[in-house]
Amino acid sequence: MGHNDGEPILRIRGIGKVLDRKVVLDGLDLDIHRGETLVVIGRSGCGKSVLLKHITGLMKPDFGEILFEDQDITQFSRKKLFEMRMRFGMLFQSSALFDSMSVGQNVSLPLRKHTGMGDGEIREIVADKLGLVGLTDVYDKFPSELSGGMKKRVGLARAVVMNPDVVLYDEPTTGLDPIMADVINDLICGLQKELEITSVVVTHDIKSAYKVGDRIAMLYGGRIVFSGPPDEVRTTSDPVVRQFVEGRAEGPIKPL
Amino acid sequence: MTFFILLGRSFLDFVEDMGGVFILLWRVFHMIPRMFRNITNILVQMERVGIGSIPLVLVTSLFVGAVTSIQAAYQFHGYVPLRYLGTVVGKSVILELGPVLTALVVGGRVSASIAAELGTMKVTEQIDAMEMIAVDPVEYLVLPRMVAATVMLPVLTVFSDLLAILGGMVVANISMSVSYNVFASGLKLLFETEDLIGGLMKTFFFGLIIAIMGCYHGFATKGGAEGVGLATMKAVVSSCLLILISNYLLATIIFRLIFAPS
Repeated sequence: MGHNDGEPILRIRGIGKVLDRKVVLDGLDLDIHRGETLVVIGRSGCGKSVLLKHITGLMKPDFGEILFEDQDITQFSRKKLFEMRMRFGMLFQSSALFDSMSVGQNVSLPLRKHTGMGDGEIREIVADKLGLVGLTDVYDKFPSELSGGMKKRVGLARAVVMNPDVVLYDEPTTGLDPIMADVINDLICGLQKELEITSVVVTHDIKSAYKVGDRIAMLYGGRIVFSGPPDEVRTTSDPVVRQFVEGRAEGPIKPL
Repeated sequence: MTFFILLGRSFLDFVEDMGGVFILLWRVFHMIPRMFRNITNILVQMERVGIGSIPLVLVTSLFVGAVTSIQAAYQFHGYVPLRYLGTVVGKSVILELGPVLTALVVGGRVSASIAAELGTMKVTEQIDAMEMIAVDPVEYLVLPRMVAATVMLPVLTVFSDLLAILGGMVVANISMSVSYNVFASGLKLLFETEDLIGGLMKTFFFGLIIAIMGCYHGFATKGGAEGVGLATMKAVVSSCLLILISNYLLATIIFRLIFAPS
């Protein structure tokens, strides 16, 4: 753990984004190192999900560049973006399972679309990935028949089915009970060890951040205002970080 | 002052929508060579658009034909012999009523369902999820719907034309005592293949309008349930208006230029 010395796989340089006449990202800089689990914390609506969407090319910044293995993805064609995304996995806040498809079809879709594998082989891999997230006997179920926690886990299985290099988690524990939240935290740690992936977790759940993060970065006012290992977060005197991790209403962050 | 602000905003929204629609069209036209890879999806959509719309088209057409027959006879009385009833019903159904009314009722049904489905997928991040697994939503969602609508609408129109003429014929027989033979000979009297072809040519474009409006507004959905409702409404309103406006333009092009009376 503590891969700060690893080379950066993603380098974000001065990106800015205005959405609905509001400055969401304001010259944000951030390096993400190969193999680390980086947790980005910040208040709801501060632009954490927008940051993830920029990393994946779902949104384009108004200015600045995002380098993935030294290539600026903001200049990528759709074809190149799709090639890059095959090396990415993403767990969405609402799981975003395709509700017209069964669990099996959801998890196997990337394999069916991008590999020439046969049905048997695909079924085996899907069962294996579902096993990895602790699910059995759900292959033919539909998303509407699953609980929130199970949906998250199916979403996670889908995110890692192509053995990605980078996995992005958008609020992985939001809306789950504390026990299920911890199960998801364990899975994030487990998958990172098992598959040796780089993980970026966006959350406002500080407990989850301490548990899964090698490094924690705080997003505030459209920039990263703090970045360091969990121990440093616990002891820092930075007033913004202190107020957030202690969950106080008074302080430099205005409760809007 | 607020008036000008509102005017400016609606103009900007209009320009933005126009741009969005043309970009979507451009992207989906580039996908046409990939049609055969998505054949299963296309067939599923064809069933939804085509088979699913049959009951609606059936009822609409029968009654439209019936009322055309009644109104034509009412206009005729004393001046034109009733043996021309078939001519009038046939002409008006094949040229205008069949294509336009089929497009309007199918448009309402199909563009609403497309916009609601894609809009829900958009607000629940399913479209983003599709992008993330490197599956192009334009290829996977828009292309099958566009192909299905442009292929099925002409088919439904032929079905509608036949039923409307049948409806007119039955009513002519029951209410006005015009025998089926007399009605049919009236129908044949001024029937021209160009009319049928011209009417069906329009429906390709109507099908395209229905699918593109549904998909565009579905993709542009923002927010939650309210956003989906708004997108659905916009899809239905814009597809109906565009069908009526383009109908005039297409009629001008087809019947004044291509099949111009010599």
